Amino acid sequence: MLTDTERRELEEALKHYPDKRAGAIDALLIVQRRRRWISDDSLLDIAQFLGMTGEDVDSIATFYNLIFRKPVGRHMAFICDSISCWIMGYEQVRAQIQKSYEIELGQTTRDGRLTFLPIACLGHCERAPAMMIDQDLYGNVTPEKVETIVEKYE
Amino acid sequence: MERPLTQYIHPDGTPRLLGEYVKAGGYRSLHTLAAGIAPQDLQRLVAEAGLRGRGGAGFPTASKWSFVPMGSDAPKPKYIVANADEMEPGTFKDRVLLEGEPHGLVESMIIAGYALEAEVGFIFLRGEYHRSAERLTQAIAEAYAEGYLGKPLPGTTFCFDLHLHASAGRYICGEETALLNALEGKRAIPRAKPPYPQTVGLWGQPTIVQNVETLYNLPQIVNHGSAWYHGLSRSKDGGTKIYGISGRVTHPGWWELPLGTTARELLEQHAGGMFNGVSFRGLLPGGASTAFLTQEHLDLPMDYSSIPPQVGRLGTGTMIVLDDQTCPVGFVLNLEKFFARESCGWCTPCREGLPWVARILESFEEGLATDDDLALLEMHAKVLGPGHTFCALAPGAMAPLQSALKYFRDDFERHISLGRCPWSNKPTQLRVLV
Repeated sequence: MLTDTERRELEEALKHYPDKRAGAIDALLIVQRRRRWISDDSLLDIAQFLGMTGEDVDSIATFYNLIFRKPVGRHMAFICDSISCWIMGYEQVRAQIQKSYEIELGQTTRDGRLTFLPIACLGHCERAPAMMIDQDLYGNVTPEKVETIVEKYE
Repeated sequence: MERPLTQYIHPDGTPRLLGEYVKAGGYRSLHTLAAGIAPQDLQRLVAEAGLRGRGGAGFPTASKWSFVPMGSDAPKPKYIVANADEMEPGTFKDRVLLEGEPHGLVESMIIAGYALEAEVGFIFLRGEYHRSAERLTQAIAEAYAEGYLGKPLPGTTFCFDLHLHASAGRYICGEETALLNALEGKRAIPRAKPPYPQTVGLWGQPTIVQNVETLYNLPQIVNHGSAWYHGLSRSKDGGTKIYGISGRVTHPGWWELPLGTTARELLEQHAGGMFNGVSFRGLLPGGASTAFLTQEHLDLPMDYSSIPPQVGRLGTGTMIVLDDQTCPVGFVLNLEKFFARESCGWCTPCREGLPWVARILESFEEGLATDDDLALLEMHAKVLGPGHTFCALAPGAMAPLQSALKYFRDDFERHISLGRCPWSNKPTQLRVLV
């Protein structure tokens, strides 16, 4: 079931569009903001609200990079792997993450605190390498800085 | 040197709120609209100014606008969409504007709406640009409260509504028609053209999709006129350009400069030259989908007309520098992995070809490539090039590869002859011969 708050937010988003279907991406983002990921139940709730089939909504959910169809950690850490960051030391940053947290990009720490994901260009190329945790953007990241940055997120 | 787009951006990047923006001359262009300029005259002014799209293709804005049906018989509603889905690797110019001057986009979209008699605007924003989203949300709310949005402009019947849409990620959303599908809540797959969005766009209605930096030029043209606008430029195309440089240079960053500034001036004067101990080998002039320029091209004016088509194109004007301590094959591999990951999968050459290209380049880096692999790369550069795929994603992906094969062929061959990457300390891998 969508919560009252989710319904209110979704109805507000739908005001901008001439048809309900257009709200599908907004709906996924609204629900994900609170539940962190889109479970099958959440997906069907959204589909019902928008008058779409579950398959329709799933085809959208699985297309977009920022919709998560599997459980994720309490915080999302996005590591930019695009060209400017690669030139400036992305691979060393990734290696440090692997070493410090014993995980690969795409995985969640054992304590469920953080999910690390690769991401395309964060638009912070002049301060490469860059990473973003939740909504916070970090530039000039070095392997030495990784743990200090990550420690802020409990 | 005038910097009309960025002159008031605070050094720390914090945005100006409505009061400060208006005090600096913001929303002044709306007085021109309120004074009764005809939309067609506004379109003519933009044509005279020679404004070309800053999203990468450099298409003349007035020509793009000329296909929009006008007058009382035109279909309603019509839409203006700001393409703020900046995701081209190496490109960070629109973020500077969105974060530093959010009211500039609101004002620009009102002007575009007026010129095209469009009642509704959407800002299609990259989902990762959280700071831009916050600042645009505030600017839009302030503009509504002040009556710039949602009410007829004084002395006119023109009323404009503006909405912010945060995207959920995918590079292909930046493609004009894929963006429209995304806004309609669908998978962002490009649409067949014709019909073009100018006549059949968002929800089947006439729609203009315009890059953020392009839009920011409109208030300047309205306030100062086309002659002034031409005077800003060193090229036959009008205006300034937000250039940027990343890579191993002394001062990576962005600068608003006259359109037509040379790559050498950008690199040596503004970016302070190459970083200590490394030498210049080449650069991509405007993002991941542009072709390499090398030493011989550094004195070319960086505009939409001066780079010969057989050499390449300006793209977004935000440059990525290749130095002599970075492997050109690894550089191109990084780009091709990106394009392979971001292919929407709609057409086979792109869906199957790009991962294939990435795998071949990986084999070069692993020391497993042969002369046949070079030929395979050449083949892909042709069959994924212009005219063979549904949209421009794969041809864009081939631009750096094709030019790397031309300018850095020796480096590809060294990978084959050494059986390893010359820039890597990794041990040579065993080549398995079947």
